[in-house]
Amino acid sequence: MGGLQKKKYERGSATNYITRNKARKKLQLSLADFRRLCILKGIYPHEPKHKKKVNKGSTAPRTFYLLKDIRFLLHEPIVRKFREYKVFVRKLRKAYGKAEWTAVERLRDNKPGYKLDHIIKERYPTFIDALRDIDDALSMCFLFSTFARTGKCHVQTITLCRRLTVEWMNYVVTSRSLRKVFISIKGIYYQAEVLGQLITWLVPYQFAHDHPTDVDYRVMATFTEMYTTLFGFINFRLYQTLNLVYPPKVTQHEKLNRWVSCSLQKLSALSASLARVVATAEEEEENQLDQFPADGEDLENMEAREKEQKEQEAQNRLFEGLKFFLNREVPRESLAFILRCFGAEVSWDKSLCIGGTYNVTDETITHQIVDRPDIDKQYINRYYIQPQWVFDSVNAKMRLPVEDYFLGVTLPPHLSPFVEEKDGDYVPPEKLKLMALQRGEKHGKIQEEEEDDDDDDDDEEYNDEVDDEDLTEEKNLKKMEDQRSQGKQTLAVKVTPGKVKPWETGSVGNKVRLEKEEKAEEKRLAIMMMKKKEKYLYDKIMFGKKRTTREVSACAFLVYLFYIDDVIVRLNYYRSFRLKKQPEN
Amino acid sequence: STLWANKSTNLQRGDTASTIDVSVLDIRNTVGNVPMEWYQDYPHIGYNLDGKKIFKPIRNKDELDEFLDKMENPDYWRTVHDKTTASDIRLTDEQVDLVHRLQKGQFGDVNFNEYEPSVDFFTNEVMIHPVTNRPQDKRSFIPSLIEKEKVSKLVHAIKMGWIKPRKPKETTPQYYDLWAKEDPNAILGRHKMHVPAPKMRLPGHEESYNPPPEYLLTEEERLVWEQQDAEDRKLPFLPQKHSCLRAVPAFSRFIHERFERCLDLYLCPRQRKMRVNVNPEDLIPKLPKPKDLQPFPTTMSLVYRGHTSLVRSISASPTGQWLVSGSDDFTVRFWEVNTGRCMKTLEVGGAVKSVAWNPNPAVCLVAVCFERTVLLLNPSLGDRLVVSSTDQLITAYEPPEEDKEQAVTWALSEGLEHNMGHRLTLTHPKAVKQVVWHGKGDYLSSVMPDNSSNLQVLIHQVSKRRTQNPFRKNKGLVQCVSFHPLRPYFFVATQRYVRVYNLIKQELTKKLMTNCKWISSMAIHPGGDNLICGSYDCRLAWFDLDLSTKPYKMLRHHKKALRGVAYHRNYPLFASGADDGSVIVCHGMVYNDLLQNPLIVPVKVLKGHQITHDLGVLDVTFHPTQPWVFSSGADTTIRLFT
Repeated sequence: MGGLQKKKYERGSATNYITRNKARKKLQLSLADFRRLCILKGIYPHEPKHKKKVNKGSTAPRTFYLLKDIRFLLHEPIVRKFREYKVFVRKLRKAYGKAEWTAVERLRDNKPGYKLDHIIKERYPTFIDALRDIDDALSMCFLFSTFARTGKCHVQTITLCRRLTVEWMNYVVTSRSLRKVFISIKGIYYQAEVLGQLITWLVPYQFAHDHPTDVDYRVMATFTEMYTTLFGFINFRLYQTLNLVYPPKVTQHEKLNRWVSCSLQKLSALSASLARVVATAEEEEENQLDQFPADGEDLENMEAREKEQKEQEAQNRLFEGLKFFLNREVPRESLAFILRCFGAEVSWDKSLCIGGTYNVTDETITHQIVDRPDIDKQYINRYYIQPQWVFDSVNAKMRLPVEDYFLGVTLPPHLSPFVEEKDGDYVPPEKLKLMALQRGEKHGKIQEEEEDDDDDDDDEEYNDEVDDEDLTEEKNLKKMEDQRSQGKQTLAVKVTPGKVKPWETGSVGNKVRLEKEEKAEEKRLAIMMMKKKEKYLYDKIMFGKKRTTREVSACAFLVYLFYIDDVIVRLNYYRSFRLKKQPEN
Repeated sequence: STLWANKSTNLQRGDTASTIDVSVLDIRNTVGNVPMEWYQDYPHIGYNLDGKKIFKPIRNKDELDEFLDKMENPDYWRTVHDKTTASDIRLTDEQVDLVHRLQKGQFGDVNFNEYEPSVDFFTNEVMIHPVTNRPQDKRSFIPSLIEKEKVSKLVHAIKMGWIKPRKPKETTPQYYDLWAKEDPNAILGRHKMHVPAPKMRLPGHEESYNPPPEYLLTEEERLVWEQQDAEDRKLPFLPQKHSCLRAVPAFSRFIHERFERCLDLYLCPRQRKMRVNVNPEDLIPKLPKPKDLQPFPTTMSLVYRGHTSLVRSISASPTGQWLVSGSDDFTVRFWEVNTGRCMKTLEVGGAVKSVAWNPNPAVCLVAVCFERTVLLLNPSLGDRLVVSSTDQLITAYEPPEEDKEQAVTWALSEGLEHNMGHRLTLTHPKAVKQVVWHGKGDYLSSVMPDNSSNLQVLIHQVSKRRTQNPFRKNKGLVQCVSFHPLRPYFFVATQRYVRVYNLIKQELTKKLMTNCKWISSMAIHPGGDNLICGSYDCRLAWFDLDLSTKPYKMLRHHKKALRGVAYHRNYPLFASGADDGSVIVCHGMVYNDLLQNPLIVPVKVLKGHQITHDLGVLDVTFHPTQPWVFSSGADTTIRLFT
């Protein structure tokens, strides 16, 4: 009976957590400052396991922070700076009110500021930690760098973001670390592999932003403040690893000397290579993997690694030796960035932006990227292609046949390179085709033709394709359909006539079927013996699986429906292609 | 005020006709520049130069007068009302001119020349003599001491380094190699607890500006998407197809999405969640293959047809040659098991609730219960010796000397009924639901479910024609009873519990909690240490009596209420029949080793009975020697699965 009565909520989880308001009071900060501090220090709320216990019996919705986190914030030197700033604002207001302009000036000069270096170091103790977390910083800086100087944030922030992003892009170009690109309806996704970390960022299209009213720009600005600091340090370190000068400088050519004054502009043109601290030989020696004596699995792993590296090198040289010219209607920055990342030479019209190195009239241009239905003056010795070709080629890690991307042609679907299909997932037929192409198989004759082929060859092939001009359209259609279905042999999705199942005729098959049935029954019976909890889990998993298969089959059905449409489109394209080609011959 | 001044000058001059009378009267008001409203309530409006009151005119002009004046008076436009004198003044031509000039911004005086030639006030030539000849002060020659003191103070402060020139503000942040020294010891302990934010989801095909057509939403899907709440949507955006990159517009929610990501980063609680990443196949328990557990019934071999209503109960003879069934069509039928032939049909006076063949192979007796009667029949099937010895056993009864009052009246059948097979009729006070034989075949128990009395279970001894009521108290509605196959125990299943009584000691040994809502049937393992209970809430509970009073296993195999359960006498099999029309046969191995728990494996789901009136299988029983199972159903058939 004896002993003191234990009071409730004085130990255990109730004392480990603190509500937001209490934390704010403890830190003596306004809510806005508290938020800012949380953002800068990376403190987030915590969901207690037993909310009612922590909430002292109440079920009111509250945000809880770990008491340890708040105690940790107490020691932060920035908190004092926040208070100083508060005092500064008060003094400034007073001086304004009294019209003491010298005092205002003096106060302005002594405006308290703070640095976030120590916080960055504390949050990311190693460089790799920082690099891992840079995705959001990149996307945010790219967004802020596109803002107009309309007062949504400080102009300095915008210019700083622009500078940092340009530096980043230049680094990616120099290190050739871009891996995947994707044009989405939101913007353009890029994925780079920097020091073994996959980094993905999203760049909005170059349009003026319609600034929403329900967005708190202060929060975004605080994040950007933190991100720019982080990003700057990362850039510095990355430039250092590549033996480059930071802040970056463009290598001086006699031709370019007059541009020196506007170095940021020059940098942002992405057309010149960066200066190095120590000039190295032009050709970088390849990092050969050392051969280690290994056996069994290790050997396999090593071989796989070697193969991967080779593929990587091949991808890095994807556009090497090609000369591109960007028409003015295509997004210059993103295309220049991508093309330069893979070793191509890029230029554009002089009036568009500085940094163009050659003209449209240059005879050595191999590809001109155009995004308009037709162009007046065409050169024979270059391809006029739509920008999607560049993106698709990068994702496919090979130069795709250019025919599908000619001027005015209906483009093939642009697929996301980030999707990795598992067993049972739906794979779009275009992807299967692409995979076959990557393996080196050729499907149909559409991909087989190269423009460089002999004319005779071409003619023959066309004759193969479409026997006679006299053939009616229906016939063509049918032929195309046949081809298509042949091409689909490798696809998972296909429609084949029903077959007489072997077990319905032979006794061997009967056995097989019996065995199958037996297996199924065994499984059914075993499922009956499952525990309730496991049964629930099992049912849930099976439900999910069934749903995916259902979706896949729905998609496959849709493909079948679209299939006829596609045939017509392709046929039309074919016609136009041939008509265009013939006068040249 | 200018007007006033002019007016007054005019008045003073008095050269115009209209103002003569005014000037003569000399009614210049002396109140000064005060609002004339102050005199509103007085008869006068001020005082003249002599200090006499100036009275207001007797009659004020009203609107009508004003209007008439406006219409008729040609000089109305140049008439001004003077408030101080309350009189109308007609302006003269000069005055009107003056007004016009002033309106134009010209000087009031007609004769004023604005452009007169300027005359220098001072001469512009330098004179040889100063204007003043005062000598300069001394202090203008010597440096100021106060200033000197101030300057020296500043100089001193600068020398001492107290005053520094303002540094130009550094606006561009300085970057350096922050991670030059990565000290693993400097990493905070809390860093290990840090949960990094998950990365943004990578886009799928549907986000492409030119997705494959199957990823685009159809019209209906799009409508559904638009009507859904933002949280319910599977995709946060509408997939769109653009023919070329040029046609792609700006994404209107771009800033929103970034902002939401920011909110997620600093407002979302983070938790490490263990994702269940199990192979569903691993969840399925590893059981011995049914194939290895043979023999067990697998196929339906025979259907016994003949009853016209649902067959409530079946029982097999101890030899396994015959089967008896009782049905709601008031008949009891005897079947030959191997042929499916109906050997005998007996009409009884009510729907047969239960039949039970005497388990003693030396006695050929069948207990049948309907309404309030338990009938003991001799079917006269099988070995004649046994049949006759059974009859002898019944007739050999000698009534005891003192006749005790019994709850049941025993009556010996004679004549026609005897020929039909009736031997003994036990008339109960209440409707009987179940009859069970003891393993030896002498004792018989009958159940009369009744919630309100202790007379629910009776135990009869056939050889002595004696009846006992073993219970003094009512412990709930009795569902079924059973004898222990080897020891003198008696099992009584009430609605939720199974009670085990020791018949010799006459005490309660065990009370088994079934965790069921309503027990429907019960069967005892031939070893006597295990028991199964079927219940109307679709469960089958296996009790290991040595283990616990709680179920060792709860099987939820059936979809609907269980109606009958049975153990096989020799093989490790048990079966359960339920309203879903299926009979599930399970392998239930009981080991002699007390440490090893029984092994229960479902081996076969037998289907065949049709569901009629929501009833499927009503009773199951095993063949005494073969691994065969009989089931009777609501579809008037009995089926044999072998």
